[in-house]
Amino acid sequence: MLRVVSGVSLSAERGQVTALLGANGAGKTTTLECAQGLQKRSGGSISLLGQDPATAGAELRSRVGVMLQDGGLPPSARPVPLLRHIAGLYAHPWPVDDLIQRLGIDTFSRTTVRRLSGGQKQRLALAAALVGRPEVLFLDEPSAGLDPQSRQLVFELIGELRDAGMGIILTTHLMDDAQRLADYVYIIDGGRNVAEGTVQELLQRGPAVDAGADHVRTLTFDAKPGLDLSGVLPADVVVLEERAGSYTATGTLTPRHLAMLAEWWAAHDVMPAAMSLQARSLEDVFLDISGKDIR
Amino acid sequence: MNPTPAGTAPAAGAGAPARQQPASLLRRILLQGKYEALAMLRNGEQLILAVVLPLLALVGLTVTPFLDGLGPSRIDVAVPGILALCAMSTAFTGQGIATGFDRRYGVLRFLSTTPLGRGGLIAGKVLSVLAVLCLQVAVVAAVGLSLGWQPTAAGWVPGLFLLALGAAAFTALGLLVAGTVRPEATLAITNLLWILLGALGGIVIPAERLPAAAQQIVGLLPSGALGEALRDAFLHGALNGAASLILVLWTVTAGAAAIRWFKWN
Repeated sequence: MLRVVSGVSLSAERGQVTALLGANGAGKTTTLECAQGLQKRSGGSISLLGQDPATAGAELRSRVGVMLQDGGLPPSARPVPLLRHIAGLYAHPWPVDDLIQRLGIDTFSRTTVRRLSGGQKQRLALAAALVGRPEVLFLDEPSAGLDPQSRQLVFELIGELRDAGMGIILTTHLMDDAQRLADYVYIIDGGRNVAEGTVQELLQRGPAVDAGADHVRTLTFDAKPGLDLSGVLPADVVVLEERAGSYTATGTLTPRHLAMLAEWWAAHDVMPAAMSLQARSLEDVFLDISGKDIR
Repeated sequence: MNPTPAGTAPAAGAGAPARQQPASLLRRILLQGKYEALAMLRNGEQLILAVVLPLLALVGLTVTPFLDGLGPSRIDVAVPGILALCAMSTAFTGQGIATGFDRRYGVLRFLSTTPLGRGGLIAGKVLSVLAVLCLQVAVVAAVGLSLGWQPTAAGWVPGLFLLALGAAAFTALGLLVAGTVRPEATLAITNLLWILLGALGGIVIPAERLPAAAQQIVGLLPSGALGEALRDAFLHGALNGAASLILVLWTVTAGAAAIRWFKWN
């Protein structure tokens, strides 16, 4: 027996977006599919709306919406008849016309699924997951293939549904998505959840924070290559020339550090071509936890 | 995943109910059956397999001497076999290929997360096969009657029963193939078997026209059993018990194997 997921423990609440974050193959989809009742688990327990999804019937399935990573829509179907068909499986479906308009499906309503773009398919799959007005919505990589406009549309809708009380559980390997959408994040690695918390809580994690610092930031600037910046900043701030002429200073940066760097630039007649200051991101947290090795 | 308090539903769309419920089981199955039947009838390749090729075979059998001496006329012997071929076309080859590709594209997985569920999905497929088979019977019977087919009146009841039984056996076999091998292999296997069983499986050409060594084997095949049983029904108004039993055994065995080995993912 292949053990794909072991040691995952998570809970998701109504009115929250819960994100399962992890690299490809980390076990996110397997976890989600067990929770949806699509895969049999060899151990452990799952309770979805108070029932075991592996044995639950149509009543539970009517309260749960699922958007699969590969869509799961028949290639020869046209969007509107397909949505009307799925809506017919529920006693009180979301009015299909509303959903079509809300997700912009009317712009491609006469095109078969096989001819839709990746983003259009994703929007249709989301509509198919929502048409039963679920209390719990599972989204597997919801922003995959979305163009910026569709992404904005989908993210706004997810936010509205969350505010309306829907419990939303999504998987993603895109840190920006999780940072933007999630109220609570589980980081899955090697089939286990290795960290959890709100985005803010996770951003506070890390070696520098453990040492008592408050905020880890990265200063990036471009200047002439080969500058010797050793000793300019205290040892707890790591300065690297990431590539020729592109420098990063990472650590618990304070205004004093910025002043020290500016003084050094002035003394050596260095004028940066570009500079930016970034807070520690979820991606930094993720890489700290799961490592930088390619899986 | 831990339980969350139940009761409230999101205010998705206007007039959201307190809690979602599935549509009735009957409605779900009927809807799925209708959806799948329409999808089958809108698919040009499926339509050729379900209607055009059986009709071509029917005409071919009436203008060639293959069936001479087996009944009152060529058309009387040909039509029951063609009806059996229709059952195999729709239930085995057509449904098998459709299910195989639905499996490939995740359609089966998605629908099994809806209130339809896996059981409803299978029931819908069976219903769609029966619906398309009804249309095939109507078309083939109409063409047959126009070509002079004179079925025994007493043959309709056992004939239609046997067609349904044959459709069940072939649906189970189609789902077994579709659920256990890749869709490309399903396409190859079901099409190849349609040709082989259609030509040599006792379905349109009765077993007695095949080499003696093959006759007993052919009689045990679902194609041979269905073809033989339908000819007995429409030529003599009789229910062939042995052939019916063979069809039941194929249905039960293939159905059990499909339940055991069908892969939804």
